[in-house]
Amino acid sequence: MIRQEQCTVISQIKLAENIYELTLQGELVHEMKDPGQFVHLKISEGYDPMLRRPISIAEILPDQSQFKMIYRAEGRGTAMLSKKSPGDYVDVLGPLGNGFPITEAFGGETAMLVGGGIGVPPLYELSKQLESRGVKVIHVLGFQSASAVFYEEKFAQLGETYIATADGSVGTKGFVTDVIERIGFDFDILYSCGPTPMLKALETRYPHKNVYLSLEERMGCGIGACFACVCHTGDDPDGYSYKKVCSDGPVFKAGEVVL
Amino acid sequence: MNSLNISLPGLELKNPIMPASGCFGFGREFSQLYDLSQLGAIMIKATTYEPRFGNPTPRVAETSAGMLNAIGLQNPGLEKVVNEELAWLEQIDVPIIANVAGSQEEDYVAVAKRISAVKNVHALELNISCPNVKTGGIAFGTIPEIAKNLTKKVKEVSEVPVYVKLSPNVTNIVEMAKAVEDGGADGLTMINTLVGMRIDLKTGNPILANKTGGLSGPAIKPVALRMIYEVSQQVSLPIIGMGGIESAEDVIEYFYAGASAVAVGTANFVDPFVCPKIIDGLPELIEKLGYEHISECTGRSWKKHEKATHYCS
Repeated sequence: MIRQEQCTVISQIKLAENIYELTLQGELVHEMKDPGQFVHLKISEGYDPMLRRPISIAEILPDQSQFKMIYRAEGRGTAMLSKKSPGDYVDVLGPLGNGFPITEAFGGETAMLVGGGIGVPPLYELSKQLESRGVKVIHVLGFQSASAVFYEEKFAQLGETYIATADGSVGTKGFVTDVIERIGFDFDILYSCGPTPMLKALETRYPHKNVYLSLEERMGCGIGACFACVCHTGDDPDGYSYKKVCSDGPVFKAGEVVL
Repeated sequence: MNSLNISLPGLELKNPIMPASGCFGFGREFSQLYDLSQLGAIMIKATTYEPRFGNPTPRVAETSAGMLNAIGLQNPGLEKVVNEELAWLEQIDVPIIANVAGSQEEDYVAVAKRISAVKNVHALELNISCPNVKTGGIAFGTIPEIAKNLTKKVKEVSEVPVYVKLSPNVTNIVEMAKAVEDGGADGLTMINTLVGMRIDLKTGNPILANKTGGLSGPAIKPVALRMIYEVSQQVSLPIIGMGGIESAEDVIEYFYAGASAVAVGTANFVDPFVCPKIIDGLPELIEKLGYEHISECTGRSWKKHEKATHYCS
């Protein structure tokens, strides 16, 4: 169920260049189920910024009624969010959207998780849940450069982890697809979140695999009412049928929507 | 005593608060959050004869105290709205105001005829003011004679009262209001969004794929109040006011300007529970201001002025 709650800031940690990990506490944590869902944050009380900001959930800690988000302080809203300190409140609406289907992966199978930049965070909770189900997880994570890399060790604790950076300062030089090309992983299911060109490349490369992609789009309401984040469906690419990224997604099976 | 119930043509409202068209879909999403029968009415998303996909994304951009949208009247078309959305809304005890849009006169007439015959549709809102479609829409809303004729044609076929939604993107709003009054409109809803633009500093391109979009939110409230203030003194039609409303205080300000009911738009995106919160807060505010019923507030800004002038002379 979707709830609105003033959540308390537990911690705010700078993980990398402009990348922050924010931990919030609130009862709505107990509504969070699937990894890949997101929350919609009202960052200030006034009109600056006025709209909420959709941020993916990176880790759910039900025992402490806490959850973590990892975000990039890029625009005005997220820059203001990065100034929040422990004890401050954040108005949270959520959890929203449909996350990654973890029951599609079975114990003993191998799941490849591919993340790009600020698309990496939701894969952490996904990996944790898959690993606890006995699924072998392989992570392929892409970043701009060494200064933007985060959670490398945390992912490595859950499974094999490969890093690609655009400038080659850590791991393989190039994109996640270059790593995949070079190593040629064997897997049963693929989950991914990141820039659209990356998602497109994965969709094209694995037409016969079980592939789930998490999309990003500018949103208004976050609950499916405003039609701001609509995309065409794969079976009717030029027609009238549509999916809303916020409420039908943000995770879709490859081919379900036009990227 | 109920201090909030309002009677308007076609509409017996429990209270004068309703979500504005385009900001509430067809109600399904918000029904997961609260009981929609608390609302005075629901203005459903614009319906066109044929389905419309709408504009490419990005469709929204933020600005100070407001937002721009260029959705482009996305909707599943008349048949689906009637058979699926309005049928679903049947289960909720709330009058529906159906927003009717089109790109030519025949479209408006066909939609109005069919949708006004649906049982839970108590009134139409004639959308002659959408700034985000290439043809129709706003053209009907900026030329008085065309607006009047369209209103007349729709009135001929509609089985329920017709409210015309006015565009603020005109030089003379009073002239437009008088034209649709002459055309037989039963009421006015005002205002639709103001045409605006934002530009991305990195790319140098407009942020919206449609380049321009409609500005809504608190930023436009003073414009709406001024227009309602002017129009309500010049026409005898009831006005449903809208533009940046997000509190009980805003509602009273709109009533003072000349509105008889109000719609809440953008605020639903910021706080999805805003409508019930406003409804809950109104009785106390009305009492505090010394009124027995909210209807006493309509037009206070200019009625008071008339009285004052009288005393001076």
